[in-house]
Amino acid sequence: MPLPADTDATTPKHLRDKYAIVGVGETTYTRGAGKTTRALGTWAVRNAIEDAGLKPSDIDGMLSYQMGDSTPGPFIAGDLGIRLNFYTDIFGGGSSTEALIGIAIGVIEAGMCKTVVVFRAMNGYSQVRIGGTGARSAAPVTGDMLHSRAYGWQSAGQMFSFTFLRHMYEYGTTPEQVANVRVAHSHHASNNPKALHKKRVTVEDVVNSRIICKPLHLLDCCVETDNATAIIVTRAERARDGRHHPVLIRSVAGRVCKPRGDMHYQTGPITRVAGHYARDILWPNAGVGPQDIDVTGSYDAFTFTTMLQLEDYGFCEKGEGGRYVSDGTIRLGGRRPNNTSGGHLCEGYTHGMSMVIENVRQLRHDVDDSCPLGADGRRRHTYDYSEGGCRQVKGCELSANLGWATPGTGSALVMRRG
Amino acid sequence: MSIAADYLGMPLSIDELDAENLAYFRHCAAHDFHLQQCGACQLVRYPPTTACPWCMSPQSTWVPVDGKGAVHSYTEVHHAIQPAFKAHTPYLVLMVDLDTQKGKPSEHDALRVVGNLATPDGKLAPPELVKTVGIGTRVRMVFSDVAPGLSLPQWTIDETAQQPAKPWRYPQE
Repeated sequence: MPLPADTDATTPKHLRDKYAIVGVGETTYTRGAGKTTRALGTWAVRNAIEDAGLKPSDIDGMLSYQMGDSTPGPFIAGDLGIRLNFYTDIFGGGSSTEALIGIAIGVIEAGMCKTVVVFRAMNGYSQVRIGGTGARSAAPVTGDMLHSRAYGWQSAGQMFSFTFLRHMYEYGTTPEQVANVRVAHSHHASNNPKALHKKRVTVEDVVNSRIICKPLHLLDCCVETDNATAIIVTRAERARDGRHHPVLIRSVAGRVCKPRGDMHYQTGPITRVAGHYARDILWPNAGVGPQDIDVTGSYDAFTFTTMLQLEDYGFCEKGEGGRYVSDGTIRLGGRRPNNTSGGHLCEGYTHGMSMVIENVRQLRHDVDDSCPLGADGRRRHTYDYSEGGCRQVKGCELSANLGWATPGTGSALVMRRG
Repeated sequence: MSIAADYLGMPLSIDELDAENLAYFRHCAAHDFHLQQCGACQLVRYPPTTACPWCMSPQSTWVPVDGKGAVHSYTEVHHAIQPAFKAHTPYLVLMVDLDTQKGKPSEHDALRVVGNLATPDGKLAPPELVKTVGIGTRVRMVFSDVAPGLSLPQWTIDETAQQPAKPWRYPQE
């Protein structure tokens, strides 16, 4: 079969739109789930299978990521009666979601399996705290950590703040500008019944909350959460029989790194994040650019991470991120809303998964807000974004997810409504 | 031989196989800062690595490096994550551009050496000193002694250097 004319040997353009996300699911978002990661993982994967309208026997691949804080895939599969032809549990955190979706495409393309579920299960509040307190901070300091943790430089906020602060210094970015990310996401969360923090906040609330480590206030930081999440990837032709409108994968960039992965700050400018490199893979393979995107999912471990990625993926000029996140663009009703679920700052921290799940629902035109259900079981969206109302983006056709691990590592995903 | 010690109530250790870190901290214990210099391309690197990040050469020698530079960025920690640091808040973690090799191998690169703001005798700096330091502050290296063969390089304000009129500090105090 001839390949499309724009295919060349160096890019996977010929896979554009050939794979789809057909099912998404999650547990509740809580601080104190009272369940093991095995029980949480099983719950989320079952929800995703039911969302897709599939049976356990339709799933034959499983991918998960963890940081020594989860249950491996075969236990989840076993509990649900899934017989696997492929599985891998990888070590890693933020930015793994998009990378694993790419790997899922790869293993299906290689003929190793047919339908892959990607999951993440974590008690990020009640067991291994994602903020680094408890067991993580008590562990012995050795090897490369002698150059970081020995200085009280350990948590994600502490590790990333050199980038954040230098951005303020070089570009005049203000705390108030960046606080607008939290404000926008809190507005979105107020229209998300699942969200942990549904209360709308103001710029003043953010900048008056206590300092954690400069430049981060408490409300610049995401919320440690217990949850599991799952996403099902398969070939586009299988998606046509699914319960939902197909959501097709245009392009994936997975764990793209800045130079010096051992300590990325050794190469500058340190205000540059991995998106600067990932964008050269993401956009050409997607065949679209940032100007075409209707909704973004820029990882909000912190307010600053959202801003830095939008900037380096080209949604605005370098240094203009403060203006971009504070001029209304990223709010529901704006030109290009970001993290319409409320994201990690407000909905709950899922290590990236929930932002892809949200954009899948956006592209189905079926986000789970409080709009009334029609006779067909689908919501009749009002597009009234006032508190407690709608959060569906009108006419949403293209999304971009920008996953963050550190300033030095990121992943990305472009999806479109099929 | 491996090293295990206690610092601020926190267990630090270097494995006997970790030749690079053993050598790095042995020099620090002598209060003599050394970094690896590549035997092929001559570039110096930080922190210790097992090959040259620029030319892949496994050959390197430990060379003395002047512990002087300017703060490139920092974080001021008010809510400590590690129990060891809770008694010392607010404390500064500094990322310092060494004068040695600044702007090489390309314009925005530097040997960016992490450390806390410390007093000249290597103790974590008190709050009144923390308030005086920002981006641009000139600092010099001092050492916190932990155990034989293990001292941590730290930064203190360089009293002899010409300081910027007003180092850049985060706008909210």
